[in-house]
Amino acid sequence: MKKSTFLVFTMPSFIMMTLFIALPLLIVLIQSFQFNQDVLETIERENCDPFGCKTETITVPVLDENGNKIKNNIWVGFQNYKNILKFEQLSSVISNDGFEWSKIRSIDFYKALRFTLTFTFITLPFVIILGLILALCVNVLINRLKGPIIFITLLPFIITPVIGALSIKWLFIGDGILTLFLENILDKDIALFSQGWTIEILMLFYRVWHTIPFAFVIFYAGLQTVDKEKIEAAFVDGANRLQRLRFIIIPHIMPLIVFVALIHLMDSYRVFDEIVGFSASGFRISLQWMTYDFLRIDDSGTRSIGRASATSVLTMIGIIIILIPVLRRTFKEQKEKKL
Amino acid sequence: MKKILVLFAIFTSFFFLAGTNAKACELNNSVPVTSLSAGFDAWKVVTSAMEECGNFTPTLDQEYRDKLVASLESNPSQFTMAGVSASTNVSVLDAGVTRPLDDLVAKYGDSLQDNQKIVIDGKIMAIAMMTNAQHLFYREDILSDLGIDIPTTYDELLKAAKVIKDAGVVDYPLGGTFKSGWNLGEEFVNMYLGFADSFFDGNMPAVNNNDGYETLKMMKKLTEYMDPEYLTSDSTYVQQQFQQGKIALANLWASRAGAMDNAEESTVVGLVKFASAPKAKKNGKPASTLWWDGVVIAKNVTDEEAEAAFKLAMVGLDPANLGANPEAAPWLSNAFDPAPSNIGAILTAKSGAAPYPASAKMSTLHGVLGAAIGDYLTGAATAKATLEKIEADYITAATEKGLL
Repeated sequence: MKKSTFLVFTMPSFIMMTLFIALPLLIVLIQSFQFNQDVLETIERENCDPFGCKTETITVPVLDENGNKIKNNIWVGFQNYKNILKFEQLSSVISNDGFEWSKIRSIDFYKALRFTLTFTFITLPFVIILGLILALCVNVLINRLKGPIIFITLLPFIITPVIGALSIKWLFIGDGILTLFLENILDKDIALFSQGWTIEILMLFYRVWHTIPFAFVIFYAGLQTVDKEKIEAAFVDGANRLQRLRFIIIPHIMPLIVFVALIHLMDSYRVFDEIVGFSASGFRISLQWMTYDFLRIDDSGTRSIGRASATSVLTMIGIIIILIPVLRRTFKEQKEKKL
Repeated sequence: MKKILVLFAIFTSFFFLAGTNAKACELNNSVPVTSLSAGFDAWKVVTSAMEECGNFTPTLDQEYRDKLVASLESNPSQFTMAGVSASTNVSVLDAGVTRPLDDLVAKYGDSLQDNQKIVIDGKIMAIAMMTNAQHLFYREDILSDLGIDIPTTYDELLKAAKVIKDAGVVDYPLGGTFKSGWNLGEEFVNMYLGFADSFFDGNMPAVNNNDGYETLKMMKKLTEYMDPEYLTSDSTYVQQQFQQGKIALANLWASRAGAMDNAEESTVVGLVKFASAPKAKKNGKPASTLWWDGVVIAKNVTDEEAEAAFKLAMVGLDPANLGANPEAAPWLSNAFDPAPSNIGAILTAKSGAAPYPASAKMSTLHGVLGAAIGDYLTGAATAKATLEKIEADYITAATEKGLL
C-alpha cells in the first residue's frame, strides 16, 4: 500500500483517537498537578432566615462582572498525589508500630487499593473456570436444547450492572426474602449489611455471576473450532476426558482464556457499580469510587477535580501494571508466530 | 348495554375531574416554567398545586444537590426555579446563580410573611416555605406499656432503649439516619451541637476535642440499639421501619412525620407521637439543627420567565394550599394551625436548637464527617484516630478549595 493511501485511510481514526482518547488523558494528567480553585474573599454578610438575622464573617467566592465565579488553576506539583497516597502517615505507621493493617486502612487510598486488588484477583479464576465448565457442559448438550440454554445463561450479562447489583441488594438487605430464608434455615438473626466482609462476599458473588456469561460465550465459540479429528485421535490413543481437556482443548483456546483474563482484569479493576448498588461505601470503597466521590459536587458547590484526576491517573497506572504480564505473553506469541 | 354505561360513566368522570383540575388554579400560566427540588412530601404538595396552572414541569429528586449548581450555572439555566435548603442555598448564593426577588415580592408577594423572606445583605434571595429539623419520634403505646417517660436527654433515651430491648416488643428499639455520607455527617453535626457551639476556629476545624469525642461515643452507643445495617439506613428506610412497627424511637426529619399516619403505608397509624429532639447534655440545647426549605429563581432566565415562575410559586405556597395539607411539613404560614405531626419541630425550635451553620466550610466538613465516621462505628478505627482523620481530611479539602 502506498504511504499516502495508508495515511488517508487511517487519518479519521487517528483524529478520533487523539480527540477522544489522547486529549482527555492529557487534560486529566495536567489537572492532577493542579488545584482548581475559586478566587475567594472573606466578607461580613447579614443573613436573615426564619430563625432570625445574624451577621457572620464568611469566606465566599469572588464573582466577576457577569456574576460568574472566577476560577483559578494553580500548579501544585505532586500535592494531589501526596494528599491521596499520604506517604508520611504510611511511613510513620510502619516504622512506629510495626506493620499494623488497621492503621494503614484508615488511609482511604490503601483501603480502596486493598479492596480493588482482592476483588480483581478473586473473581478472575472463578469467572474463567466456571465460564469454561459452563461452555463445556453446553457444548455436549443436544442441539435442540442449546439455543434456549445459551439464551438463559446470557441473561445476567444483559442486565445493567447497577440494576443487577440493586436487585441482589434488595434480596438480602434488612428483611429481604433471601435473608428471611437463610434466617429460617439457620435459625439465627442475620444482617448481611452490618459488616464489611459479608458485603464484600456479596459483591464478589455478584461480579462473578454477572461476568460468567461473557467468558462462557467466548469459550463456547472457541470450542466450536476445536479440531474434531484431533479429539478422536486422542480418544483412540486412550486419552481420558480430563487428558483431552488438558492437552488439546485448553491449549487450543488458550488465546481466548488470555483475552477473557485481559478484559476481566481491566473491567474489575475499575469496580464501581457494586459499591454504589450495594451502598457499600461505609465499609468498602474502590479506586474508581474514590474518583467519583472527589468529582461529586458538595453543598458548597465545588468538587475536588485535582484529587479526582490524580486517582484516575493512579488507577490507570494500576491497570497497566496488572496487564503487563498478560500483554507480554501476547506480545511474545505474536513474535513467535511471525518467526 | 351495561358495559357501555360503565364506559360512559368512566368517561364523564374523567371530564369532571379535568374540569375541577382546571378550576383549582386561577392563574393561567402561558410561559413554560421548570423546577428542580428535593422529593419529599412538602415539595409534592407545592409542585402539584403549581402543575395545575399549566406549563409547569417539576423535577423532584432526593439527590437534587448533585446537579443544583451546575444546572443553574449554565446560560440559559436548565431550570427556571429551584427548591433549596438552608445549606444548598449557600451553594447557589456563592455561585451567584440566583436572582434578587425584591421587585417580584413587592408585586405579587402579598401572602408572604416576613419570616419567609431570606434576606442576604438587604436583598431577598429566597422564599422559605417550611422549617425542618430532626426530632424525636416515639411509639406512644410502647412507652406507656413499659412505663417509660418521654426521653428528654440522650442518656434517658439510651435507658429507654434498654428497657424496650429487654421487653423485646420491637425488632430494634432505635432507628437512625446513619447512612454513610451526608446522613451520617448530619447526625454528627446534630449531636455535636448538643455538646458544643462551634465547629470552627476561623476557617480551621475545631472538632478534635472532648466534645467531638463525646459526640462519637454517644453515636456509637446509639448504634448498639439499632438495626445492625445502620450504615445503609437513610430517612426513607427509618420511616418505613416505623411504619412497619419495627422500631420504637428515632430522631427523624419533621418532614417525615406526616407519613406515620398515612394509612396506605403505615401499620402504626395514630401510635407514633413527636417530641423535641433529646438534649445531649442536661441543661444543654437539643442535639438537632434547624433547617428551612424554600424556592429560589435562577439568574440566567428571562425576566418574563422569572415573573411567571414567581407567580406560580405563590400559587404553590398559597396558605390555602398549604393549609389543606398541614401534615406534610411544618409550614411557615401563620394562616392556619399546625398539624399535630408538626409539634416535634416546633418544640425542638422552642427548646433552642441551633440553625444549621450553613457555609462553604461547613459543607466541606460535613462531607468529610460523612465519610470518616463509619469506620469508627464499625470498630475499624478508634475515636482518636477518627477525629484526627476528620481534621486532616478537612484541611486537605479546604486547602484545595483555597479556604485555608
